[in-house]
Amino acid sequence: MSTSFLVNGRPVRTDEEADTPLLWVLRDEIGLKGTKFGCGIGMCGACTVHVGGRPTRSCITPISAMEGAEVTTIEGLDPAGQHPVQQAWRELQVPQCGYCQSGQIMQAAVLLEDFPNPTDADIDAVMTGNLCRCMTYSRIRDAIKAAARLTVQATTHD
Amino acid sequence: MARAITSSFDEKRIAGRRLCRRLVVGAVALGLLGLAGFAAFAWQPALPEIATPAPSSFALNVVARGAVLAAAGYCSSCHTVPGGQPFGGGYAMKSAFGTIYSTNISPDRETGIGAWSKDAFRRAMHEGVARDGSHLFPAFPYEHFTKISDDDVDAIYAFIMSQKPVHASAQPNALIPPLGIRALQAGWKLLFFRPGRFKPSADHDAQWNRGAYLAEALDHCSACHSPRNLLGAERGGAARYSGAYVDGWFAPPLTAANPSPSPWTSDELHAYLFQGIGQFHGTPAGPMSPAAHSLFVLPQADQNALVRYIASIGGGDARAGSAAAAKGLALQINATSAGRQTDPDARFYVAACASCHYNGTGVINPARPDLALNSAAHLSSPDNLIRVILFGIDTPEGAPGLVMPAFGKGFSDADVARLAAYLRRTRTDQPPWPNLQKTVADIRAQGKGVE
Repeated sequence: MSTSFLVNGRPVRTDEEADTPLLWVLRDEIGLKGTKFGCGIGMCGACTVHVGGRPTRSCITPISAMEGAEVTTIEGLDPAGQHPVQQAWRELQVPQCGYCQSGQIMQAAVLLEDFPNPTDADIDAVMTGNLCRCMTYSRIRDAIKAAARLTVQATTHD
Repeated sequence: MARAITSSFDEKRIAGRRLCRRLVVGAVALGLLGLAGFAAFAWQPALPEIATPAPSSFALNVVARGAVLAAAGYCSSCHTVPGGQPFGGGYAMKSAFGTIYSTNISPDRETGIGAWSKDAFRRAMHEGVARDGSHLFPAFPYEHFTKISDDDVDAIYAFIMSQKPVHASAQPNALIPPLGIRALQAGWKLLFFRPGRFKPSADHDAQWNRGAYLAEALDHCSACHSPRNLLGAERGGAARYSGAYVDGWFAPPLTAANPSPSPWTSDELHAYLFQGIGQFHGTPAGPMSPAAHSLFVLPQADQNALVRYIASIGGGDARAGSAAAAKGLALQINATSAGRQTDPDARFYVAACASCHYNGTGVINPARPDLALNSAAHLSSPDNLIRVILFGIDTPEGAPGLVMPAFGKGFSDADVARLAAYLRRTRTDQPPWPNLQKTVADIRAQGKGVE
């Protein structure tokens, strides 16, 4: 069965079987390797992409669910890699090994849309599903707050 | 004397035999008469085949009106297999009576309804009889469509006959014998079917009646939302709209017995039925999905009328005041159960679900369906919640453009049962669901189904 959807604004079509995970199509078929395979059961967040603008674990999302959907991966979050979350991530040197970071950034980007001024409780609740085996959690929290400040500044300057 | 006794005994025996014979003859005659009567009742003539009308023979405005009616009556949801050609049939409907496959209603001459006249189409919709005179099964909700006006049926006919013909033969039904004998359907009709067009109620105004027409005739809401009796007929009275199982899902009550903590107000019904997401109830999934993703085609006045009628069944607007309390409680539960946790169930929930379902302390974000408000957690049946956790929500379902992953891939039956039990315990004041793990295993075994 053929499935058509958009990835970072570009139309894609795949004939993979219905239960093929979206992640496999993104990485192995389309070649977008920024999104990572972690646990494969939707419990670590490394594979997080946006579907319809919402954070979605791509390793347990079957391709059959995707007809007509709009996907954004880490490669498409910002054309120049200048999303406020990415800026804050660089500024605070968040990553250690980096493996979980694209998932962290994709989750954090939507966190800030939903909670422009997030409390620690908001960050705990929304980011708990994104594991980091290097324990960069405290830097992630700081970077999210820094990104919130950047977003407010950007909005004010506009 | 002895002779006389014998003689009288013989006479009695002969008289007895005569009586017996008369009774048998009478019973057989009565039976034959009844059978003949039933046959006369059951027999419907075949209507003549016609040359397939050219699409250009229908007025464009009628075809356009038919398109709206066909969409709002979800014809293609049942008359199309997933991924198949529209109206080509073959969609499997499973019931206690076996499996019925929907028929091809595209204008193909051989395998569809290309040779059906307008009168044949009207008879099918209004009386549940096919062009060849055979009785249709009530899986085709003709007990609702009988209420659709002649004008509207003709518009649907014009639309269907203007569609692309699909050459696809109907799959034979797999019904428990002898239910496959179509003539027996006449008996079902005798018991449960009351043909006739919609009659407006004098107790209500025009808008309510328009809504009732749409809901009862075209949209056949009660076909899923009312429980059925042992012979598969919708139950009336207090049972009407009290909720029912359909295709492995539980269609919630539309009455005041609906257990959602936030009432189904007109605003919520509007958002749910026409935008595919209700802030205080969640998103349409499963068999409700095609309904909620088709009804937006209705003109605004019809949308308002439909909401007016549905809202009147449950009386949600009168309880609109309780929405604020429900929302407050939901946000409070969010705040207290999604932080750093020592409860392993809560930790599991936060790790698996909160990234998308947490709402904090401020507003309920419709794109973060709040599980303290979501109908699935509050229903008497855990099936809907379990199905969504196991199989997720695809793009055609739920909120437009959004998906939910299928957690069944990585989670065990015990994991899913644990999440469902945790949500039930912490987000509702309803009694725990019994045998959750077994229910999860059963639903997993059934699979996502054919929707």
